[in-house]
Amino acid sequence: MSQGILAITEQVDGAFKNISFEVVSAGKKIAESIGGQLTAAVMGSGIAAIAEQVAEYGAQRIMVADHEGLKDGLSDTCTQAAAQLVARSNPAVVVIGATSLGKDIAARLSARLSAPLAMDCVDVRVDAGQVIATRPMYGGKVLADVSLSGTPAIVAIRPRAMEAVATPGAGEVEKVDIDLADTTMSLIEKQMETGKIELTEADVVVTGGRGMGGDNFAVVETLAKTLDGAVGASRSAVDEGWRPVSDQVGQTGKVVAPNLYIACGVSGAIQHLAGMASSRVVVAINKDPEAPIFSKCDFGIVGDLFDVVPAVTAEIEKLKG
Amino acid sequence: MEIAVLLKQVPATESLIEVAEKGAGIKTDGIKWVINPYDELAIEEALQIRGEAGGTVTVFSLGPEKAVEALRTALAMGADTAVRIDPEGKVLDGLGTARVLAGELKKGDFDLIVAGHRAVDDDNFQVGPAVAELMGIPHISMVIRQDLSEGKIRCARTIDGGILVLETALPALITTQRGLNEPRYASLPGIMKAKKKPIDTRVLSETGTDPGEPMVETIAMRPPPQRKEGRIIEGERAADKAAALVKALREEAKVI
Ligand SMILES: Cc1cc2nc3c(=O)[nH]c(=O)nc-3n(C[C@H](O)[C@H](O)[C@H](O)COP(=O)(O)OP(=O)(O)OC[C@H]3O[C@@H](n4cnc5c(N)ncnc54)[C@H](O)[C@@H]3O)c2cc1C
Ligand SMILES: Nc1ncnc2c1ncn2[C@@H]1O[C@H](COP(=O)(O)O)[C@@H](O)[C@H]1O
Repeated sequence: MSQGILAITEQVDGAFKNISFEVVSAGKKIAESIGGQLTAAVMGSGIAAIAEQVAEYGAQRIMVADHEGLKDGLSDTCTQAAAQLVARSNPAVVVIGATSLGKDIAARLSARLSAPLAMDCVDVRVDAGQVIATRPMYGGKVLADVSLSGTPAIVAIRPRAMEAVATPGAGEVEKVDIDLADTTMSLIEKQMETGKIELTEADVVVTGGRGMGGDNFAVVETLAKTLDGAVGASRSAVDEGWRPVSDQVGQTGKVVAPNLYIACGVSGAIQHLAGMASSRVVVAINKDPEAPIFSKCDFGIVGDLFDVVPAVTAEIEKLKG
Repeated sequence: MEIAVLLKQVPATESLIEVAEKGAGIKTDGIKWVINPYDELAIEEALQIRGEAGGTVTVFSLGPEKAVEALRTALAMGADTAVRIDPEGKVLDGLGTARVLAGELKKGDFDLIVAGHRAVDDDNFQVGPAVAELMGIPHISMVIRQDLSEGKIRCARTIDGGILVLETALPALITTQRGLNEPRYASLPGIMKAKKKPIDTRVLSETGTDPGEPMVETIAMRPPPQRKEGRIIEGERAADKAAALVKALREEAKVI
């Protein structure tokens, strides 16, 4: 019989992504309701050394799939590995991060195992033995509770939505042999934006909209840097060619949930608001006092962003001393 | 090149979405229905590939009678044929949808299947890769650039924090990401021609595919928590406003 929870982690170049600890913590929460063992799965190449770190979040057993073929973190091979780890632990629930890799794995696993999948969840609970996940739909315009019947119930959780909670676990590490079938998928090139904080993982996001007036985002970039944050863009700024598509926040861009979101020269269109609605504190800087964004923010400043944003940066610099 | 495009009709993104009085759905009156924006990218890419490599573009949609409008638009943009699978009122989850679509796709002989990376209603991010899995073919998600040659497809796909360039053999499935292309508008002659093209309608119970009982069910829906009325920070000069804002962020909101 299926029992216990399998938390599938994700690492890049030998370091866990934060989502991994959130996934293990979510697994822990579910294990407390339905009982059974919490197993963490670690996949990659040359990753045995970091595996134990997940014990600090409550993993009782850590399965390590260390295979050269998993080096690049491609969804094709990772799905094969994940399926074998699932077969081996036969869990009632699988928790995985809804990252670009995790989403691919989750969708493929669900089809491969004929298992229910709830994607991009912000919460998960067990009610009378039934797994119930909460997930935004319509780009965050509504929150839905979905019930999952069948095993394993696959729950892909949105980065930063659920907290990573440190708690000791036994964390017995076990190496698992993985068999990777031949694949026609090959990696030609990897282009990573080094030193850039990923929007969906950032604590602070400073976004520039059409009000930036051009591709010079210096004032916004400087403020983001001062706050150790990431720079976002409205779709208009992307459409103008001022910023790459990967910077777009909104219903057809990225959904972000930082502690602090600062929108500069953004009017507050419904599609934009959908992507930032779960930010904890929202600041809007706009020269038009009637801009809709002002009704969706915690603090607003009416003024020219080219005056206000540098002044805010200067104030924060002062604070930092 | 035989290309299939998966298309879903969804509420336009500018729609105000409200939860229906009872049950777990949304109010549908007054909603404007459109082709899922990512599927528009899929149609455009398929048409561009056909333009270069020849072949046909077939669009598939699993949906109610109303979905015909979306299929007509795709035909007006230039797709050759359209297939609608009528669910006969049955509610399917993401996997059930993928099963039905994979079943119909298997009846054709497609070199390439193009889907959106997500439908902006349910935001499942699931159907594309699930269809590929069920068909036993490779898939590449969130493609922003593709290049076909000699039975292979090479794609740039976005990942968190960068881009991967991947290559795989056809037949394959790709899902679209914004930046891939600018979807064309249907031309007037295109619209006229599309009116005459037949839509191949198939009913679920006769497809020979069992979608299975839905394993994922929406049991409740609610609006997200609303932000309470914000405060406009007043001040003489930009510097005064900035100082007041930083003070508020530090002392009240405690975020910096
Ligand atoms: C299918 C679809 C999907 C979409 N998805 C998204 C999405 O994911 N994300 C998204 O953002 N949008 C999306 N949009 C677009 C959305 O509808 C808006 O057009 C867009 O968000 C507007 O961007 P903006 O606020 O930067 O520009 P505008 O609406 O033009 O606003 C610019 C603002 O800047 C202010 N301003 C100008 N100069 C200054 C200055 N010097 N100082 C201070 N303020 C200034 C102006 O007062 C104005 O309020 C989508 C649209 C469609 C149709
Ligand atoms: N009912 C449907 N009919 C045809 N294609 C669909 C359907 N549902 C989803 N798709 C395709 O799958 C993609 C991802 O959808 P989803 O997994 O629901 O987010 C969409 O962009 C479409 O290309």
